[in-house]
Amino acid sequence: MSKTPLTSIAIKVNGVTREAQVEPRTTLVDFLRDTLFLTGTHIGCEHGVCGACSVLLDGDPVRSCCMFAVQADGLSVTTVEGLAPERGRLSAIQDAFCEKHAMQCGYCTPGMLIACHALVARDPHPDEAAIREAISGNLCRCTGYQQIVDAVKYATGPEGGAHD
Amino acid sequence: MTEPRKFRYIGRHRRAVEHRRFVVGKGRYAADIQLQGLLHVAIVASPHAHAKIISIDTAAALAMPGVHAVLTGEELNANTEAMLPGVDAPQVKRYPLAHGVARYSGEWVVAIVAESRALAEDAAELVEVEYEPIPHIVDPEAALLADAPMVHPANGSNIIFRRVFDWGEVDAHFAAAPHKLSYRVRWARSSTVPIETFAVSAWSNDATGILDVWASIQMPKFPDQLARALRMPGNAVRVHFDVDVGGSYGVKRGLKHAVLVGYLARKTGRPVRFIEDRLENMRGGDMQGPDRIFDVSLAFDGQGVISSMRMRAVDDVGAYAGRSPLQLGKPVGAIVGPYRIASVQYEAISVMTNKTPQEAVRGFGQAPTNYAIESGIDKVARYLKLDRVELRRRNLIGKDEFPYLIPSGTTYDSGDYATVLGKALDAAPLAEIEKQRDALRARGQLAGIGFSTCLEPSGGNSAFEPLFNPKNQTTTWMDSCLIRIDLNESITALMGTSTSGQAHETLVSTVVGEVLDREPDSIRVLHADSLNALPSNSPVGSRMAIMLGGAAAGAAKKLRAKLMRIAAHNLGLPESELVYQDGNIAAKADSAKRLSWGQLVEIAHRKIHQMPKGDEPGLQEKFVLEVPTGGKLPTPDGRVQMYPCHSFESHLVLASVDPQTCKVTVHRYVCGHDCGVMISPDVVHGMTYGGIAHGLGAALMEKFTFSDDGQLLAGTFMDYLLPSSKEVPAITIVDHCTPSPLTEFGQKGSGEAGYLGSPAAIASAINDALAPVGASIDALPMTPYALWHALARAEKNSG
Repeated sequence: MSKTPLTSIAIKVNGVTREAQVEPRTTLVDFLRDTLFLTGTHIGCEHGVCGACSVLLDGDPVRSCCMFAVQADGLSVTTVEGLAPERGRLSAIQDAFCEKHAMQCGYCTPGMLIACHALVARDPHPDEAAIREAISGNLCRCTGYQQIVDAVKYATGPEGGAHD
Repeated sequence: MTEPRKFRYIGRHRRAVEHRRFVVGKGRYAADIQLQGLLHVAIVASPHAHAKIISIDTAAALAMPGVHAVLTGEELNANTEAMLPGVDAPQVKRYPLAHGVARYSGEWVVAIVAESRALAEDAAELVEVEYEPIPHIVDPEAALLADAPMVHPANGSNIIFRRVFDWGEVDAHFAAAPHKLSYRVRWARSSTVPIETFAVSAWSNDATGILDVWASIQMPKFPDQLARALRMPGNAVRVHFDVDVGGSYGVKRGLKHAVLVGYLARKTGRPVRFIEDRLENMRGGDMQGPDRIFDVSLAFDGQGVISSMRMRAVDDVGAYAGRSPLQLGKPVGAIVGPYRIASVQYEAISVMTNKTPQEAVRGFGQAPTNYAIESGIDKVARYLKLDRVELRRRNLIGKDEFPYLIPSGTTYDSGDYATVLGKALDAAPLAEIEKQRDALRARGQLAGIGFSTCLEPSGGNSAFEPLFNPKNQTTTWMDSCLIRIDLNESITALMGTSTSGQAHETLVSTVVGEVLDREPDSIRVLHADSLNALPSNSPVGSRMAIMLGGAAAGAAKKLRAKLMRIAAHNLGLPESELVYQDGNIAAKADSAKRLSWGQLVEIAHRKIHQMPKGDEPGLQEKFVLEVPTGGKLPTPDGRVQMYPCHSFESHLVLASVDPQTCKVTVHRYVCGHDCGVMISPDVVHGMTYGGIAHGLGAALMEKFTFSDDGQLLAGTFMDYLLPSSKEVPAITIVDHCTPSPLTEFGQKGSGEAGYLGSPAAIASAINDALAPVGASIDALPMTPYALWHALARAEKNSG
């Protein structure tokens, strides 16, 4: 059906290499959602502002709406489905989001979690300014950000130290 | 005043049930629904604000491989019913696709259905539409004039609703008042702009005749209206309410989206999906918010005691109207805010222009009205050189004056406004904030402190429908809950609508757990579909804690009563001699004489021979709750009990304006909040934080700007600016609890909290910051550009 030839890609998604044939114009987020059925990654603006589609690309948070799937060929992608240490458990950040009511509708949450995981990976004990900076590229219309900040403090401060 | 009751589960910290699926990426939003053979829709939209559609050539698009259908308004309008406005304006007809005339830039003209969204977009580029632009109107005041271009000539005017209400001795009060002040304030067209755009999928099963619909919906009577528009029986449309909705705050009403997709699903015989892209959402999603000009006069004495108010509100609803004109109606129920204003004249005018239509936005029109009232309170204080807090104290309704009847016919249930205001000032504390303000001023910043005190009417009734449309006799706005206890002793509760972040599963399980004395985390809460559902009016108008919470309690109480009857019958004791604890029932006098939860459940499910006479077997009960105080039509002079409950909030803000860049920084934010008994405190606080942030956006950043040509200039997040974690400050919430005497647990609503007072408070702080240099600003949003103009004006005037 497509006028454009398909391209072969292999992307390591949440630890598993996924091979597929895609149109070159397929965005990474559409590939994750429509081909791999990883619908945890959400689409909000498709122009790189809201951050709902954030994933980790070789560990760095990126907008998966603003890159093509072919650009991720050979790279490693972590989506919200890959953040938990194992099935049935939550990461410290995920657990803290639940404890501190860091979400309401849940739509921006996967992107927020990605941003927070990336933050904690490079700064295990961030202060409030660092937290606000780290999530400033992720828009949330429900929470006013306060309980998200609280959650990251909880996960990374003394009281949350025992978490994964 | 009654003291709050003591509860086992209500009011305590509890992890929300919904979060567990959200944090692992297992939410189920409308766009996540996978249907075999799904087709996708792309839209061709009008590039003109107002144009005749001369011709549409769809041949090339239809010929493209992978394209299944190309639909125009001609076919769609002939086969569907128009969606009508909430007011009596039958000639203002609205269909998903324009036919003959396009009335705003972005209005949908052609829909293409193809194997993928990308192919549908490719085909959209092949559709040729010939337009003939005709005179358009974008200025709402110009649209009121007799010679203005008409958006709907069949309506005879651009005015879709106008009424002047007179409540009390307005003329006499103005004549007697030693002081009067008139002012104009402008609330800009902004909206809630959820991060999830609107999405809808539909599939028509020819064999069953049922159209299944999955949509990111928050709308009263949506299934009924969809069936009516599609000319289908009500029992042939099944809307699935078990989809998670990615934010709404009022606007997720996509009826036109669902009519279009439903029609296409029936036409093609395939499942069809439409997901707005961001520009479609901003420009053609019909979800922009109130856009108001307020002209207000206040009459007051030398002490600042306000006796009367005249308010004229012109609201630009855009090119079509659903319930948007009613957003001028809801504020009638709190038209004097928390103040003892004895008489009011209110002129409400809804006017149509060639702009994107307006939809319901958090507070349903109350936040703009609160901003207009609060601006006046500050102006009176400035005029009389009185302290703004003191002026409020002199006008606030006292805690011993409840129930308090306001001139427009609503009785406020309860409150303690002065105390909640005082709590916010103490928490700040005000003296400290004044020091910080002075320090900022000493550093050359324009710094100011802002206040607002206002109400959140809650319990969402629909009394504005008959108020604004005499042909509409709606007097009930019920909500319901069904609860069953299964043979394995588990509890399942069913609610009638979808949820867009309000944690209703948490609400219902907490309430049911409280009444049945069972662990809330063991209680499952499901969202029915519309064919299985109970009567509901969806989560609007800050109503679900009151209405869904009340209905859940009602159903749980029926079950508890039945369990008591079973126990009494089997233990041979009157109910008065039994005690219910943890779901087990024992004799007060002899705790060994008891029936466990499991035994009671088994009797109900299996042992009819042990059931009391007259009781049905099984354990399932529903409860339909009518809105407290509801049931009455308005009086001929337009007095009505609008909503039952009235939450109160007081805001205190320290903000500064950089005199060089006009950038605004909010340094401190405190909100005193009283919504009665909080069932889920974390949820209430979350909504309040979010509402304040949303209000900050409305006050400082967000505006759907249109050019003189009627082109939307803010269709992306690069030019429609949403507050990030850098703009929203840390917020302190101070709780207070004045229970409502009208509700099950003393709860009031909180879904619109924060938003109803923060724009007013932030505007108050900005004007306080500008006052020392003789500048002021009476229009939102107070962007750096607008502030720069305000400062330049002041400099020019002083020079």
